[in-house]
Amino acid sequence: MSCKINRLIGSTRIAIVALFSVVASGAGAEEVQRWRVNMEPGVTEIGSRIYDLHMTVFWICVVIGVAVFGVMLYSIYSHRKSRGVTPATFHESTLVEVAWTVVPFLILIAMAVPATTTLIDIYNTDESEVDILVTGYQWKWKYEYINEGGENVSFFSTLSTPRSEIDNEDEKNTNYLLEVDEPLVIPVGKKVRFLVTAYDVIHAWWVPALAVKKDAIPGFINETWTLALEEGVYRGQCAELCGKDHGFMPIVVKVVSESEYHEWLGEKVAQASEIKELMSQQFDLDQLVERGDEVYQRNCLACHGAQGEGGVGAAIAGSAIAMGEVAGHLDSIVNGVPGTAMQAFGNQLNDVDLAAVTTYQRNAFGNNMGDLVQPIDVYNFKQGQ
Amino acid sequence: MGDHHHGPAKGITRWLTTTNHKDIGTMYLWFSFAMFLLGGAFAMVIRAELFQPGLQLIEPAFFNQMTTMHGLIMVFGAIMPAFVGLANWMIPLMIGAPDMALPRMNNWSFWILPFAFAILASSFFMEGGAPNFGWTFYAPLSTTYAPPSVTFFIFGVHILGLSSIMGAINIAATVMNMRAPGMTYMKMPLFVWTWFITAYLLIAVMPVLAGAVTMMLMDIHFGTSFFSAAGGGDPVLFQHIFWFFGHPEVYIIILPGFGVVSQVIPTFSRKRLFGYDSMVYATASIAFLSFIVWAHHMYTVGMPVAGELFFMYATMLIAVPTGVKVFNWISTMWRGAMTFETPMLFAIGFVVLFTMGGFTGLMLAIAPADFQYHDSYFVVAHFHYTMVAGAIFSMTCAVYYWLPKWCGRMYNETLGKTQFWVSFVGFNLTFFPQHFVGLAGMPRRIPDYALQFADFNLMSSVGAFIYGASQLLFLYNVVATIVAGEPVEKEQVWEGAEGLEWTVASPAPYHTFTTPPDVK
Ligand code: HEC
Ligand SMILES: [Cu+2]
Repeated sequence: MSCKINRLIGSTRIAIVALFSVVASGAGAEEVQRWRVNMEPGVTEIGSRIYDLHMTVFWICVVIGVAVFGVMLYSIYSHRKSRGVTPATFHESTLVEVAWTVVPFLILIAMAVPATTTLIDIYNTDESEVDILVTGYQWKWKYEYINEGGENVSFFSTLSTPRSEIDNEDEKNTNYLLEVDEPLVIPVGKKVRFLVTAYDVIHAWWVPALAVKKDAIPGFINETWTLALEEGVYRGQCAELCGKDHGFMPIVVKVVSESEYHEWLGEKVAQASEIKELMSQQFDLDQLVERGDEVYQRNCLACHGAQGEGGVGAAIAGSAIAMGEVAGHLDSIVNGVPGTAMQAFGNQLNDVDLAAVTTYQRNAFGNNMGDLVQPIDVYNFKQGQ
Repeated sequence: MGDHHHGPAKGITRWLTTTNHKDIGTMYLWFSFAMFLLGGAFAMVIRAELFQPGLQLIEPAFFNQMTTMHGLIMVFGAIMPAFVGLANWMIPLMIGAPDMALPRMNNWSFWILPFAFAILASSFFMEGGAPNFGWTFYAPLSTTYAPPSVTFFIFGVHILGLSSIMGAINIAATVMNMRAPGMTYMKMPLFVWTWFITAYLLIAVMPVLAGAVTMMLMDIHFGTSFFSAAGGGDPVLFQHIFWFFGHPEVYIIILPGFGVVSQVIPTFSRKRLFGYDSMVYATASIAFLSFIVWAHHMYTVGMPVAGELFFMYATMLIAVPTGVKVFNWISTMWRGAMTFETPMLFAIGFVVLFTMGGFTGLMLAIAPADFQYHDSYFVVAHFHYTMVAGAIFSMTCAVYYWLPKWCGRMYNETLGKTQFWVSFVGFNLTFFPQHFVGLAGMPRRIPDYALQFADFNLMSSVGAFIYGASQLLFLYNVVATIVAGEPVEKEQVWEGAEGLEWTVASPAPYHTFTTPPDVK
């Protein structure tokens, strides 16, 4: 157990001050919506139908509750021994038993009808205009556009809240824990289909405002869809316990106009070909280490630690593998270590980033191997397998 | 029978070798209370971490161990053994039997429990820590990605499953074979009925749980792939098996509570239970329905729409027999002559809060809406309204109700009532706001949360500390009663109480009903 009680008192004060100052100043473009007590209809037609269903059932429950508890309270008030009542002796009545079996049953049927039609519409994933493969990883999301024109666009979306905010060293910003380095972008007014799966354990992709929640299950692909009617930024989180950082893999979806969407997609396609270009280039040590540092922060730090000291993952500082042969080091990173939390990064990162992070690990944290791994080395390593 | 077998043996051997239902019941009750305090301590750690946004006390990895062990210990260590203890004490007394049908097995089913939980608890000190995959232990998080302690967890679950099955067989056998002459099935007190049905649920589903963990064991150590798609298996299969156990399990937890309340409300209303027959049939219907609704825990796994609809309709149906029960309790109160001693307060608290949990249950049954509720704090609120307000309130109610019979002394009424009101306020302060944060989008099982959830989480934590403190009051009251409570003279402790347990002396002698009573 890692207690940090000594830091608790200080951090508590910072957090409380931070919380209230953020709220008071309404910092940032979006404000923290405090005291929200209900579901949001969101920005989709399905979302408002779900909301209506939710409210209908809620009010039915309220009415029944008020009636039942009302009768009970009345009875508690007037049928007390202290008021000198003598107890009645009745103890059964087939008629009322039948009545309070049949009436609730009819109410249930009334609820089931709209629930059924809504459910059937939710299941209709036909005729989508954009299809996106969503893959849950421990602890980030990968998005791949699979329609024509976007085939090469794929990227990871990772929590971007700085560690210092989580550790109460800095003020928490408005979107604390609900912000990512690269949001998903979809066009407004178009039916977008999500093919949801996972790489390791089960996750669940949930964006309340888009009325989508679907489990991401390794080895299986689930389908769901949304049709956002309003532009904006919508935030959600992984909803299925998926390990240590389950609470730290948010989802951000930017709904933009169609033209903006195409512009963005075009840029992403261009970026992808740029990376292709980079793959055939040679870099010097500083370039690789600089890039590798970034890659490490984003992908490895959670398990291997800021100083390469390890944690969930093995220590990189002084590691026999990171200071051994390049092939062995690359093997750990490209193929992972089966049966452990160390995933295969071969498909998650491009060859440039793989080369960079390998070089970085070999030269950071006092490892100082002085050698460097080029993208072409990674390519050859993968080919040679 | 020789003269030398009338009293308990002396010293520790009394407890180790006892086959007396009262001794074993007492051990179950104390064991479960110890587990309740342990599971409660974990809950306090969880609420302390969630007191405000940011990570303060514990790391996320340890947080997951806390939520997992809190759930496991509360369900398997606190609630289930508590009700088995109650069954041990009360069923023979209520049906006029001298003891349980299988007294030696009874001893064994208790004594393997401490070992199961010692194994579970020892996992905290193992490499990789205690189980951290949630009390629902979904594969592959609980197989391929589990800490090494999962093997011990599996072993522990097997042992406690064995204990539950033996306990259940014993209860079913006792009810079927040991009733005093004239005690027909439809004359049995409702607590006996609900336990009788619960026993069958246990016998039916505990082996399923054992199957699930055995399949995990095979996947982890023997190269099978039941739950791994890479080897042709299916992670969702795990959830189907788990919830085929898990849904009846929640009724296993709540049905005996229904039974307790059905004893207590008539007593303090001084009026017979309304609709006895319909109560029995409603309990049986709930038990039957509990087998065909399991996948309502899995609306988002991607089932075909036809399956989804089936489970939605079946789940909604449960509202009918549950409603019947609530209506019957209220009709029992209606035109009675009520007094509000501590057990009655807890019984009424149970009815109110459990009904609220029932309402949110109905909301959760609506599959399309569940796409928004699922795995959010709304669910956490829902099942604590049913489990804590259901099982723990009814259990507390039972202890206050029968404690004078058990130890021949009266508890402190003022302290009891104080405990009720502190629990009631603490409970609602803890769990009511969780409906709000859940609807506003807060997922469950997260160690840290976005700023908009901060206010309600702070309330929740304060409430939890209050609720936690109220349990210490309970412990104090019970111990003080046993040690120095006012002695009760009468056999029938409560004015309105009916039933065979009120015909024996207080405290109940070590052996009761060695000759069967007359049942009119
Ligand atoms: C989810 C946690 C996790 C993440 C993220 C992670 N690793 Fe690992 N890593 C591990 C674990 C666990 C091991 C130890 C495996 C074993 O038991 O052999 C490991 C081992 C390694 C090793 C071998 C070190 C040794 O001495 O055994 C290397 C190299 C490595 N990781 C590189 C990386 C790189 C590069 C990244 C980021 C691109 C990364 N890891 C991200 C968990 C992780
Ligand atoms: Cu996840």
